[in-house]
Amino acid sequence: MHTFEFIRPTDQAAAIATAAQSKTAQQGADVRFLGGGTTLIDLMKLSVETPARVLDVNRLPLDKIEAPSDGGLKIGAMVRNSDLANHATVQKNYLVLSQAILQGASAQIRNMATVGGNLLQRTRCVYFRDTAMACNKRQPGSGCPAITGHNRTLAIFGASEHCIATNPSDMCVALAALEATVHIQGPKGSRAVAFGDFHVLPGNTPHRETVLESGDLITHVTLPPPISGSKQLYLKLRDRASYEFALASAAVVLTISNGSVSRARIALGGVGTKPWRAPQAEAALTGKPASDAIFRQAAEAALRGAKPQSENKFKIELAKRCLVHSLRTVTAS
Amino acid sequence: MQNNDHFSESEQPNRRQFLSTAGTVAAGVMAAYSPSHAVTAEAPETAHAAGTTIEGAVPITLRINGRDYSLRIDPRTTLLDCLRETVALTGTKKGCDHGQCGACTVHVNDRRVLSCLNFAVMHDGEEITTIEGLGTPEAMHPMQEAFFTHDAYQCGYCTSGQIMSAVALLKEPCGPDDTAVKELMSGNICRCGAYANITAAIQQVRKQA
Repeated sequence: MHTFEFIRPTDQAAAIATAAQSKTAQQGADVRFLGGGTTLIDLMKLSVETPARVLDVNRLPLDKIEAPSDGGLKIGAMVRNSDLANHATVQKNYLVLSQAILQGASAQIRNMATVGGNLLQRTRCVYFRDTAMACNKRQPGSGCPAITGHNRTLAIFGASEHCIATNPSDMCVALAALEATVHIQGPKGSRAVAFGDFHVLPGNTPHRETVLESGDLITHVTLPPPISGSKQLYLKLRDRASYEFALASAAVVLTISNGSVSRARIALGGVGTKPWRAPQAEAALTGKPASDAIFRQAAEAALRGAKPQSENKFKIELAKRCLVHSLRTVTAS
Repeated sequence: MQNNDHFSESEQPNRRQFLSTAGTVAAGVMAAYSPSHAVTAEAPETAHAAGTTIEGAVPITLRINGRDYSLRIDPRTTLLDCLRETVALTGTKKGCDHGQCGACTVHVNDRRVLSCLNFAVMHDGEEITTIEGLGTPEAMHPMQEAFFTHDAYQCGYCTSGQIMSAVALLKEPCGPDDTAVKELMSGNICRCGAYANITAAIQQVRKQA
């Protein structure tokens, strides 16, 4: 591992001031915030990440789950995944988030991983993780061998000719369906970013994954007030039953009245270069009876426009069945 | 409970002592990693004399199994390497070193974590429990006893991680059936495939509790 200076900032302002000296907050950052370490330390061991300074933000007071006056939920960036998933309010009002987190990683990793860190979880694309290979995300302009290589687990949505890497997060799929907001404190002040705008598509700049700039610190995530009577589910399909990344997953938040869907929020995981909201499926469901035929129509709508790679055409039908099964299960409950 | 036999040049040579002695004879450089030098890590001058000065090392104190260790370590040192190489508590095993196998599971402030994906400096002042702090051969932790009774291992390499995970699981939200236990133990891989017996051992302890 490359050497680095280990710094524990005394407060948020000090952390931001030091991080602002980094040339970027994206791939190649020379200053990195260190949370649970489950992504960053792994990538530092692989020399994919080589920060000169590491800022340990674990002791900043950002580890609270609070109920703001609007009736929603405020989740500190340093809240551990396990604490969030097992929180009584989350299990009661935002079940899809609890389920998504508990289907990700292992109990040990969930005890370490933070909410802020999970928003910045990096792809598991094998070319990105191997410095002997070319990768436009890791080394802009070097090429994307995944397009003609091993791409079974990679994206069918949001890819470009420069990058087809999948976003691996489960938590983020639930946050997309819950329409969360990411709160950022930076050198120029604070701002709130709608969840759908936080991650960016690879386009010509796959090394850029989020809207974060140098010095930006994610302080917390907020959830809107719970939709009363909503039915929620996270279903994850993968190569083994546990401790594996999604091939396809679905986060579903549905409200049914008089046998019809009155409100639908749907996001897919394991298929996109970012957590993939499916507005076409939401539109296909809204105002329609909760039936198998309608569910299949919604799934067809969700996967319209998917562009498979050489090894992952199966994901299209898998994702459709994942969504249909989720809708069937959640409406039967 | 302390079980640092190899710290006290004790009565009977164990395998670990033999290996580190053999290493010292075979190659002097190995001495820097031997347990007998590791205990002097609290005294920088001695460490310097032994040739173990580490550029950029930072002072930290870890409370491991109820005992304080004042150390100077390279910030790159993972908690796992610190436990094994600096403090010479080798019960914690290095499997994949990338958070994929669970062999390195320890408790930090009573929660199970992977010691390979943490820097030791992150835990300055914190409470670490390793398999050595759980029980002794004479007074085993009920989970150790249950693993023994149920033959919940073959080669044994993953066992300390399995047991540390299993002990932490006792205090976590977990459904009553085997499926729930298997799900919460999925972060600990056993290449020998002792899973059925591991599950049985854990369920026995949960029923006793």
